[in-house]
Amino acid sequence: MAVTQTVEKKKRAPFPVEFYRSAVGKKWVMAITGLGIIGFAIAHMIGNLKIFLPDVDGIPDIDLYGEALRELFVPIFPEYAVLWILRTGLILMFVLHVHAAYSLTIMNRRARTTDYEGPRSYIAANYASRTMRWSGTIFLFYLLFHLADFTLGIQPAAPETWEYGEVFANFQATFDRWPVTVLYVTAAILLGIHLYHGVWSMFQSLGINNPRFNTWRRYLAGGLSVILTLGFIAPPLAVAFGVIT
Amino acid sequence: MNIVLQVWRQDSPESRGGFKTYQVKDISEEMSFLEMLDILNERLINQGEEPIAFDHDCREGICGTCGVMINGQAHGPQQGTATCQLHMRKFQDGETVVVEPWRATGFPLIRDLVVDRSAFDRIVEGGGYISVDTGSAPDANLIPIPKLVADTAFDAAACIGCGACVAACPNGAANLFTAAKISHLNLLPQGQSERWSRTENMVEIMEEFFGSCTNHGECEKACPKQISIDFIALMNADYVKAKFKNRRLVSQNG
Repeated sequence: MAVTQTVEKKKRAPFPVEFYRSAVGKKWVMAITGLGIIGFAIAHMIGNLKIFLPDVDGIPDIDLYGEALRELFVPIFPEYAVLWILRTGLILMFVLHVHAAYSLTIMNRRARTTDYEGPRSYIAANYASRTMRWSGTIFLFYLLFHLADFTLGIQPAAPETWEYGEVFANFQATFDRWPVTVLYVTAAILLGIHLYHGVWSMFQSLGINNPRFNTWRRYLAGGLSVILTLGFIAPPLAVAFGVIT
Repeated sequence: MNIVLQVWRQDSPESRGGFKTYQVKDISEEMSFLEMLDILNERLINQGEEPIAFDHDCREGICGTCGVMINGQAHGPQQGTATCQLHMRKFQDGETVVVEPWRATGFPLIRDLVVDRSAFDRIVEGGGYISVDTGSAPDANLIPIPKLVADTAFDAAACIGCGACVAACPNGAANLFTAAKISHLNLLPQGQSERWSRTENMVEIMEEFFGSCTNHGECEKACPKQISIDFIALMNADYVKAKFKNRRLVSQNG
């Protein structure tokens, strides 16, 4: 009974911990959390595009959207409840994604303590795949600024006129400052670069592989990156160039 | 043709190594890279110098013993070729060629271009076997295997264990090697009884020595047998399944 012998002799931690201990398990967690964050990003991007919609009874459409998010599933759930459930899930996904990336980076550094002295010439690894930890880390710092700017209204990240719930006004005030616009555009491009490798990589990590569809994984990664980047860039640029007033 | 060779020289694992430059003159374009090293070594011996230590055996691309980093690429510039099958005509006359050993913590350096790849043996010991009945020889073709399955398993079995995947990987990961060794058994009916223990064991032993896969795809390009990273996806899927299935087996045994 080779199976039971080999399985028994190791000391076991609780199953999820045991699973997460392995690098393949961590990559699986990274893929699942990445997928969740992409789902959020798509919803967020679509929400942002409401900035282009006309006012409803004198109230900007995006303000109503913000209100609706707070009142998600009211009256079945109290106000804010579903929003906070979603937020908690999102924060948890970010924490796991970042922790897995961090510990795998440590593992990979240890796997080659003496590096090549001569120059390396890469064939398959591209700019996106080789800068994942940089694009990810920089994006994380941008995210802190973004939360201070829109969600929390902490100055100087947020404009002086920041007011809770006034999404449209805050939006306009924030992007009237050109360095902020540049920051957001840069972050959206970084996100696109990160996803170009991340989306493709996700399929591999989850073991979703079929020679018939494998080329489509690249197209999907490229397409999603471009759509998300453009979708996130459009509203800030529209404000900066005075398309929206 | 003449080339300038920059070779990594290191006397022992502990000593400090460094590149040494050699002018290799009047070599034939028809020589393999290893034959060129042989010529250089003969000249070094005649000059009373230590010859360059490098691994080699069959010299026909099927044993996986040879393998060095040539100009920053595992097994050199020609894809799908081991160092022994790489010919000097792939280089330009007068070119400077940098030769380095595989660099990975799991492959400790022994001398010059020779590294210890026994970590690969540890991985294979973890599950690279099947249970067979040792009675009389079974009839040929007794177990029906679809042609495509047999072909795919054979593609994985083409792995010669040279270590180019680890050497080429920016993370020093051995996932392509392990995936190939797992897949060629997991795909076939004969490999099913140990499928889940094999996958879990081999992956976890691999992770004791090597880095983790971030799906760069460098290994696939460096592999002299052009083994596809599709097998890594297969291994990843099987590992997750194995974790659940083996957990159940542990529970059944109390």
